[in-house]
Amino acid sequence: MASPSLMDTLFQRGLDDIIKGVRHQQSSTESIFISRVIEEIRREIKSTDLQTKSTALQKLTYLNSIHFIDMSWASFHAIECISSPTFSHKKIGYLAISQSFSESTPVILLISNQIRKDLKSGNEFEVSLALDCLSRIGTVDLCRDLASEVFILMSSSKVFIRKKAIGVVLRLFEKYPDAVRVCFKKLVESLEGSDSPIVSAVVGVFCELSAKDPRSYLPLAPEFYRILVDSKNNWVLIKVLKIFVKLAPLEPRLAKRLVEPICDHMRKTGAKSLVFECIRTVVTSFTEYESAMKLAAAKIREFLMEDDPNLKYLGLHAISIMAPKHLWAVLENKDVVIQSLSDEDPNIKLESLRLVMAMASESNLMETCRVLVNYALKSDPDFCNEILGSILSTCCQNVYEVIIDFDWYVSLLGEMSRIPNCKKGEEIENQLIDIGMRVKDVRPELVRIARDLLIDPALLGNPFLHRLLSAAAWVCGEYVEFSRNPVELMEALLQPRTSLLPSSIRTVYMQSAFKILIFCIHSYFLQKEDMTSEVSDLASKRQCSESSDLATGKALVQSDQDEGFNPRESNQSYEYPSVVDTGDGQSSTPTFMEKKSLMHESIVNLLNLMELVLSPLSGSLDVEIQERACNVLGFIELVQQEFSNPLIRKEANLDREEVIASRVVEWVHDVFTEELGPVSVTAQDRVPIPDELVLKENLTDLEAICGGVELPAPGSFSLTSPYYGESAVFSVSNLQAEEDSEPSTESTSLLTEHRKRHELYYLPSEKNIIPANDYPPANDPSSSINTNDATEDLVKLADQSLVSKRKPNHAKPRPVVVKLEEGEAAPVVSKKPELKDDLLSGAIHDILLGNEAKAASSQSNPSDKSSSKRKGKAKHVDLLDSKENLAVGEQPNHENPSSRRSKHRGDGKQKSKKSKGKKNGDGREDDGEKESQKIRDHHGRHKSRQRADAPINVVPQTPDIPDYLL
Amino acid sequence: MIRFILLQNRQGKTRLAKYYVPLEDSEKHKVEYEVHRLVVNRDSKFTNFVEFRTHKVIYRRYAGLFFSLCVDITDNELAYLECIHLFVEILDHFFSNVCELDLVFNFHKVYLILDEFILAGELQETSKRAIIERMGELEKLELKSQAILSVKLTCKNLDSRSQFRLPSPSLSPLVAA
Repeated sequence: MASPSLMDTLFQRGLDDIIKGVRHQQSSTESIFISRVIEEIRREIKSTDLQTKSTALQKLTYLNSIHFIDMSWASFHAIECISSPTFSHKKIGYLAISQSFSESTPVILLISNQIRKDLKSGNEFEVSLALDCLSRIGTVDLCRDLASEVFILMSSSKVFIRKKAIGVVLRLFEKYPDAVRVCFKKLVESLEGSDSPIVSAVVGVFCELSAKDPRSYLPLAPEFYRILVDSKNNWVLIKVLKIFVKLAPLEPRLAKRLVEPICDHMRKTGAKSLVFECIRTVVTSFTEYESAMKLAAAKIREFLMEDDPNLKYLGLHAISIMAPKHLWAVLENKDVVIQSLSDEDPNIKLESLRLVMAMASESNLMETCRVLVNYALKSDPDFCNEILGSILSTCCQNVYEVIIDFDWYVSLLGEMSRIPNCKKGEEIENQLIDIGMRVKDVRPELVRIARDLLIDPALLGNPFLHRLLSAAAWVCGEYVEFSRNPVELMEALLQPRTSLLPSSIRTVYMQSAFKILIFCIHSYFLQKEDMTSEVSDLASKRQCSESSDLATGKALVQSDQDEGFNPRESNQSYEYPSVVDTGDGQSSTPTFMEKKSLMHESIVNLLNLMELVLSPLSGSLDVEIQERACNVLGFIELVQQEFSNPLIRKEANLDREEVIASRVVEWVHDVFTEELGPVSVTAQDRVPIPDELVLKENLTDLEAICGGVELPAPGSFSLTSPYYGESAVFSVSNLQAEEDSEPSTESTSLLTEHRKRHELYYLPSEKNIIPANDYPPANDPSSSINTNDATEDLVKLADQSLVSKRKPNHAKPRPVVVKLEEGEAAPVVSKKPELKDDLLSGAIHDILLGNEAKAASSQSNPSDKSSSKRKGKAKHVDLLDSKENLAVGEQPNHENPSSRRSKHRGDGKQKSKKSKGKKNGDGREDDGEKESQKIRDHHGRHKSRQRADAPINVVPQTPDIPDYLL
Repeated sequence: MIRFILLQNRQGKTRLAKYYVPLEDSEKHKVEYEVHRLVVNRDSKFTNFVEFRTHKVIYRRYAGLFFSLCVDITDNELAYLECIHLFVEILDHFFSNVCELDLVFNFHKVYLILDEFILAGELQETSKRAIIERMGELEKLELKSQAILSVKLTCKNLDSRSQFRLPSPSLSPLVAA
């Protein structure tokens, strides 16, 4: 028999055979076929013959890339293939490697030598293979080992090789920042060539680099400027514009110089991609240049008029970038925007929806929302929810800034929740509760809306609305005093279909029912006292405290003494004389009715109903439900003794028993009427940390462990009064868990995203309210009259803010919206900059500044050559020179970059080796201080946190950038 | 920067996938499935851009094949649209009237072309002619190396054959002659 290798070679199936074979299989037999082929490959790949091996490897690569067959086991064979002297084997090997290797491939270190050999090869195609491979799989070690080879290739005589080497540099810098020291100068020099593939490659690299840390590349602005003016290659121009978008905010004077050439390109070029890039650059970075904006707007208009949906979309997109600062651009194109709302393409619809919402203002909001909600009814479910979402987010901006008529808004929320496709339950839930807490005047309407939602049994069937119903239930329980008919509410809360609700929301229902029960019994007692007109000391006191809840005529008579300490009453009668009438009219009528209806029997009925519904629940498997049911049942038992036998009431012990029951009721009622207010999300942070409490240390490990576990969002709220702190927290986490397990992942993820973005408008977790009294003085009085911190100051705040906020021209005064201080806006997450980036930008900084310094002192730098070459452009040369001068003037110590470099690599031992280096370092430290000072000024409240978090690595990153562009 | 490039047919079969960011195999599978779902049902009158997670996918359909590029959210959509077209033109030129089967059977060549075209997620070469020329040279080189190889193989085979045949007495005069 022939040697096995020969047999294999002659009878081996080639790649084409495999592909054909797979194609001929039915989908059922495919996997069997493939596994047979894999068996074959496993045998063949062990062959000593490279031809057999490489063919096997190629087949495996094919199966891996198309059928996701694992090929990590073949990594060593791939390395064997690239070491073959034959090009076709090498090619197959490299393809396999770049497809399958990752950082964790164990044998990756073995290829370092082979790649080096190929990089040095005389065959340019082999070099190119090695470069391609390195760009794809380069690890820290590979990049370190091969940096010098790549550097040599960057000056290769072949454009083809040079171009690829430049491309690889990106990977090199990312993995091994020290490579900057070797390659960066070469990279900058490559910028200076004329319009060629090289410039294209370099600009691409800089575009990527500057996206991460633009400041370091500011010194190169003149070079980019030259390319912007000279280059004819649209691709290069687009990339250069992208770089300038990053640089412009850092150097205000750049804009003035750039506007002209960019507008030039915009006028002249025929390429739509370049026009669009110019537009985008102008509308993002040069918003204050009126003429440029006008030109951009004109070009956008052209885009909008095109039939191509892509251009139309991009036009709309550009306008939406403009919208915040230049609303006129939107208004000018109003027709197209409205028209696009009914476009076929979802992207275009979405973009125009954003624009429509951008146009919404106080005056046209109601009309806009009405139109949109009607439109939402007709559109497909996805877009319907987009519309609802954008209405919700627009309206809640800046604590409901645009809304004047809250009654209207609340009823709009109610209307939205009835739209069949509505999946925004959670969002509406948050807003209902938020508005309830912040806007007192809207509460009667809110309760009415909530009632309508609760008594509709159809809504219980839609799982997306469950969260919304929980808000409605909470509102009804919390503000039950505004209700026309509490008994009806109670029935709604206890209706049989509530068994459809998840347990976390069911507990809210139960708690609300409990609140309503307390309210009813309490008012029954009050009413009885009124009737018997036995005004004992106790009773009068009670009446004082509750007069606001029962704003009856009698209570108002007593209100002389009340106003001193009853917040709501005083508020209404002084600040809203016009509203008081209607408000009282509204609230006194129901109370009156309620008095009539709250007879003894109805209370007994209520108690019986509750007992009936809750008794089975006391055996519920859910701990929360069980506990609440038991609590309520216990209470009912207590009260029932009194109500069940009315005959005893005439007897002597009546007084004593009734007093006990009514006292309990009173206490609980007191607890429930304690007003809940919004709490800043940062409130917790303002609690001073006790000295002995170690918070910052050693917890990073923990974070790594718990990274995957989602903690309850800070913006969540609880639905019970603060005295139930513990259970409240529990129920919140329950809610959270519920939310996670809900099938509606899409809407919830959207909402959590929204929550992240608009943290301000979400109410924070209840537990923050408990230490409210311990807060340090919230902030200096000068900051804002709207500031408030703890719940008890709400009234004072309302008085103050009204004076300044009230707008006389509105027919109906805008109700007070309780706001927290501005600082809560964004809980500042001082993210630690990545070490890698730090090193990279630090290194680049050294090179650049070192370069400039050298350039000026020793006249040998090639950039000078080029500057003299370009004598024609006097302005530009000036620019370059002055830049160098300044660089020298301000950074005199930078001619020794490497020593400093090694210093902030963080080897403590090299510190203070040279006095010069030290001085230098100190200077930098100052800069760092300045920077962090700035940050501190910005977020004064987070001073201590900032300080603790401020990484030391920041220090070398923020030196003063001299003025490069004059 | 280009995150990945995908060629998929309407059934969702991936014809080519090149990733410029490291991804696990399972993740790749998921990405391909999701991208296919995103693009396959879009009307030809729709825009060619879709948001995909935190990036965006620029896609273009040629007959039954979807060419999808995943790029950063700030990247220029139109430029990448042109980039896809350029790639297709190159393929078309190289395979002279390219069809899906060409890509299936020559997947390694498509990868090579792609490597000439895009490196490390950045467009390397915008000239169609330059890439076609390079591919021509590569083909030649490969043919040459294959030729050398087959010559070697033949020699080796001849060697082994002669080893077998040498002892045969009837043939020895012929060989000697």
